Amino acid sequence: MKREKFKFLSKDRVPSENSRFVSGKGNFVADIDRPNMLHVAILPCHEPAAIIKKIDFSKALELKGVVDIVTGDELLNAIKPLLNGLDTPHVKRYPLAIKRVRYAGEWVCAVVANSRAVAEDALEKISLELIKQEFVLDAEEALSDKSPNVHPDHGSNILLEKKFIWGEVEKDFDKSDHILNYTVKWGRNSTVPIETFGVVAEWNNIESILDVWASIQMPKFSDHIATVLGLKGNDVRVHFDVDVGGSYGVKRGIKHTILASYISRKLNRPIKFIEDRLENMRAGDAHGPERKFNVSLAFDNNGKINSMKMRALDNAGAYAGRAPFQLGKPIGAIVGPYKISSVEYEAISVTTNKAVQEAVRGFGQAPTNYALETGVDKVASYLKVDKLDLRKLNFIKASEFPYTIPSGSEYDSGDYLTVLEKVFKETNYKDLINKRDKLRKKGIMAGVGIASCLEPSGGNSSFEPLLNEKNKTTTWMESCQINVDALGDIIVKIHTTSSGQGHETLVSTIVGEILEVSPEKIRVSRPNSLESLPGNSPVGSRMAIMLGGAAARAADKIKSKIMEIAKFKFGVSKDNLIYKNASVISNDGNVLTWQQIIDLCHRQINELPSGMDPGLASFDIMQVPTGGKLPKNNKVHMYPCYSFEFHLVLITFDPVICKPNILSYTVGHDCGTVINPSIVTGMTYGGVAHGIGAALFEEFVYDENGQLMTQSFLDYLMPSSNEIPEIKIVKHCTPSPHTYFGQKGSGESGYLGAPAAISSAINDALNPLKLEVSSLPIRMHFVSDLIASHENNGKFKK
Amino acid sequence: MKIEININNNIEIHEVEPRVTLLDFIRDNVGLKGTHAGCEHGVCGACTVLMNGEAVRSCLVLAVQSMGDKIITIEGVNSEDSESGLLNIIQDAFCEKHGLQCGYCTSGMILTAEALLKVNTSPTREEVREAISGNICRCTGYVQIVDSIMLAADRLSKRNTSPDKS
Amino acid sequence: MKPAPFNYERPKTLDAVCDFLAKNSNSLILAGGQSLLPMLSMRLSRPSLLIDVAHVKGFEEIKKIGNTINIGPMVRQSVALESSVLKNHLPLLIKALPFVGHPPIRVRGTLGGSLVQADPSGEIPLVAVTLGAVFHIRDGNDNIEILARDFFLGPMLTAMPSSGCLYKISFPVSKYSKIGCGFHEIASRKSDYAFASTAVQIEQNENGKIETISLGIGGALDYPQVINISGYNEKKINLKLLKELISEALLNIDFVGDFHASASYRKRVTIKLASRSFSDALKEIGYI
Repeated sequence: MKREKFKFLSKDRVPSENSRFVSGKGNFVADIDRPNMLHVAILPCHEPAAIIKKIDFSKALELKGVVDIVTGDELLNAIKPLLNGLDTPHVKRYPLAIKRVRYAGEWVCAVVANSRAVAEDALEKISLELIKQEFVLDAEEALSDKSPNVHPDHGSNILLEKKFIWGEVEKDFDKSDHILNYTVKWGRNSTVPIETFGVVAEWNNIESILDVWASIQMPKFSDHIATVLGLKGNDVRVHFDVDVGGSYGVKRGIKHTILASYISRKLNRPIKFIEDRLENMRAGDAHGPERKFNVSLAFDNNGKINSMKMRALDNAGAYAGRAPFQLGKPIGAIVGPYKISSVEYEAISVTTNKAVQEAVRGFGQAPTNYALETGVDKVASYLKVDKLDLRKLNFIKASEFPYTIPSGSEYDSGDYLTVLEKVFKETNYKDLINKRDKLRKKGIMAGVGIASCLEPSGGNSSFEPLLNEKNKTTTWMESCQINVDALGDIIVKIHTTSSGQGHETLVSTIVGEILEVSPEKIRVSRPNSLESLPGNSPVGSRMAIMLGGAAARAADKIKSKIMEIAKFKFGVSKDNLIYKNASVISNDGNVLTWQQIIDLCHRQINELPSGMDPGLASFDIMQVPTGGKLPKNNKVHMYPCYSFEFHLVLITFDPVICKPNILSYTVGHDCGTVINPSIVTGMTYGGVAHGIGAALFEEFVYDENGQLMTQSFLDYLMPSSNEIPEIKIVKHCTPSPHTYFGQKGSGESGYLGAPAAISSAINDALNPLKLEVSSLPIRMHFVSDLIASHENNGKFKK
Repeated sequence: MKIEININNNIEIHEVEPRVTLLDFIRDNVGLKGTHAGCEHGVCGACTVLMNGEAVRSCLVLAVQSMGDKIITIEGVNSEDSESGLLNIIQDAFCEKHGLQCGYCTSGMILTAEALLKVNTSPTREEVREAISGNICRCTGYVQIVDSIMLAADRLSKRNTSPDKS
Repeated sequence: MKPAPFNYERPKTLDAVCDFLAKNSNSLILAGGQSLLPMLSMRLSRPSLLIDVAHVKGFEEIKKIGNTINIGPMVRQSVALESSVLKNHLPLLIKALPFVGHPPIRVRGTLGGSLVQADPSGEIPLVAVTLGAVFHIRDGNDNIEILARDFFLGPMLTAMPSSGCLYKISFPVSKYSKIGCGFHEIASRKSDYAFASTAVQIEQNENGKIETISLGIGGALDYPQVINISGYNEKKINLKLLKELISEALLNIDFVGDFHASASYRKRVTIKLASRSFSDALKEIGYI
């Protein structure tokens, strides 16, 4: 398809989902009520580690309106443990703690009652008898033999420890002029959607079917439910027409769903479980990576970075969750946009007595980008060269694509220098530096930050076989169905829930583009899992590529059938036919209109080519482009597409108060062909805001007693409209050769570079004092105390 | 206890416990699901409704406290003010400027914008930011929300201009 | 996150309020509820009775009587912000109020509620101690007057009798011709609990002489406190001198530290904010 002829694609069109949301007509899980429904509330245990000796809930059961109380012991005998994807048979997770509590807030009991309020009343009447155990919170400490094991049967706290060597690392280190070692830390934060996780589960024992409505963004969700509950796959019906109130990766409430489903089967009544904010924050198992990086960079006098050694130690929390794999995905872009010829990467994931991690936007890529970008800044500072020039020197050039990185991924396309040029037309780098210097002269701390990074997109799961040899998965398909009804109207079915990504707009735009029908006229339906074809949900920035790709291919199949009919009807070859405005025109002037096509397909099989089926419908199950191979020699090609982003920031702050003021924020963004500009722009703004949150505000802080200090929105601080500046986005398009329209992913854009850019700016501001901060979030008092102690030291020296 | 509250110009009479918040009353007793629970402790603003024309957080008000007040939720926001018959100018502007993604904070944002534009018909971007600063959005980074409210303000002021002047 | 059960009453007179308080030892006054509702929902507070004072006669009044401004406890923060009486006579309060929560909080939040809540970072308590407000409390049949600076004892801890009801807040009106004031605070995000806040009021007589200087600090301590600044009478006041005097005055004060903000940070910031507040106040009276 010729790109310049887009009718609907890349045009500023209002996303079709918007009108239901602005009128309060979204269909969120909390809005779903079923007849005879019961409600669940959870009793947490506030010890970070303890053996559960006794749970006495007799008084709670006496309370009017309380129907049942479920404990871990009951679940142990009734269901299988949740799946974690690793080969760690002794690290078992159930929805409720089994015999032992492994982090403060872990769920111990579920009360089922007529209302949520009564269920909470009952929680207060349950008493726990516990034997406190030793606990460990810090990841390095957890590695030590002296630390208690979070899972004693597992024998250590290590979930994953893998060292990869790609290329001639030692040789490259030996031949380099300089080596720089540094440590950076990424604080435990998450995407914390405004909607908590919620689920309504309803077992129907007459039909043996479990209906599930959930605020879900999770691959293989219904398979997981069926496996753990011991049901057949076709016993579970997950409804995809639930609107999800934000996710950005974390809405995978599998333990919530298993719990609600189990109770529903047991009681044969619909169960509603909507986490409250406290349940969500402390034990929704939706924290993000908490990571320490020890990095060595080997580079030459001229600034050329030759090799990198990176040790990434991740504090997974009490159970495996998705934490270990979040160390795996960054392998796909481990060198960022730079030509680094060899890499040693050691990934270690350890259990501690903290809450469990879930997939967070970027799946580990943002912390890795922060670690790498901080290093690039450090090299520049060490060599006393401009950090922008250093990046330009090390960039992969536009002419060098496709470019294979040491770990095996092949970058599809890019033109980083052109993106930078475009950014500087909007916000000139030199001008920004001058502005910074003027501000400094006034006694204001001022710093310019930059970050350049990649967004691997088109998500597949190829890091799973890389980290777990028993996993032989090589496909991560997505699918789409199209039916043109007897009135000629188009229905497109997608097989996933959406959490704000605009999938309905995505497919209606693409199908409309190919069939040349106004997207407004296309109805997009989100059926349940039993009426769906296989898919893997919106993870890894994949839907523009995968759902968009499947929709395009399905539409092509419709078009092919129409062309076959026209060929037969007019008795000419395909070359003499043109598809235009939903009609087919032959070169001798015959026209087959849409209405005629519909009549032929739905009413006149006698007029169709012999053997052709009636109706006008298609489906497509699409494999991830460039995917499909198992790892070889510890290397694997991961995602098909690599979007690029460049951040340029100016931050100022008072040297005492240290409240960062973001004076200027510009992002250059290249995600190939854009399907809907306002959706992509919005996601990038939102990603930057997330990144600013991670860099400056957001952290799940545990005190020395293992208690979560940031359980509510009073202490877990998310940026408001006062903290997010006016962000300028500069767009560029380098199409991907691997996708239908040249599109790449953009769901993680902004977030992947913003933390690094903010940190870069603050460190630039501190640079004249020879001070630096190397952990996120960067708290005001930390910077202020750093400056103050520097001044005091200075006085001492005098 | 039995209480009466005016919600979207309907008198809603329900038997509720005093502990029921206005948020839960609207959702569970009245059955209007457009008002959303985000934090239930007054920080996120997702549950914002209009009370006597002003934006308040419905999770920080007990239903019993609201007897005698006039409440407008997202479902009632277009009753007096709709030109299209479907969406009012602010709702329309949020659609057009894509001032949302997942839609969860949107009701609260729109009602907060309603309250702002009632008292300040031509706000600056900074004033808009200040007005919505109590409504947390995790999707948009706020930029397109501010764009939406600015567009709505512009259209409202044009609508309010008499034809001979414009 | 649903409150534990309680009863609800909506009395119309102060006598009736006191009656409920006397008869129910585990009762609480609901004065807007913007701080109380989260405590109820998290079950950190479990009253058996809530007494909603929103409909008590006179509780929403703002009146100037002689040299006193009397404010009813149910005056909403948003109403106070627009009050011409307060704008004319209590400009410091007007400067502080925009820092209280967000606009929707101020619509429901009240002056009395905020004072009795006694959050260490509360802006209204800080202004009350700085300006020497007096709290009028009815406890059974007794009328008690407590000076603001004697009222606050610790975080969420006050001298309020258990069955007492705050029914009036009195602020003295300055007798001098000119007053200047300044209010500054710093939080992680605007409207968060302040790491430090400072309130300053300066009174000047007709001859341009500065008669009084009041500095209150909040957020950084367990409760808002007035800091005595001495030694300015002898010399001409300037910001440098004031900064020295403030630093001296804060020397032996213990600041609060937590993971949001260290004690050393809060102290330095308090000094800086106090200087800014003084600068604003002095500019207002044309002194600098």
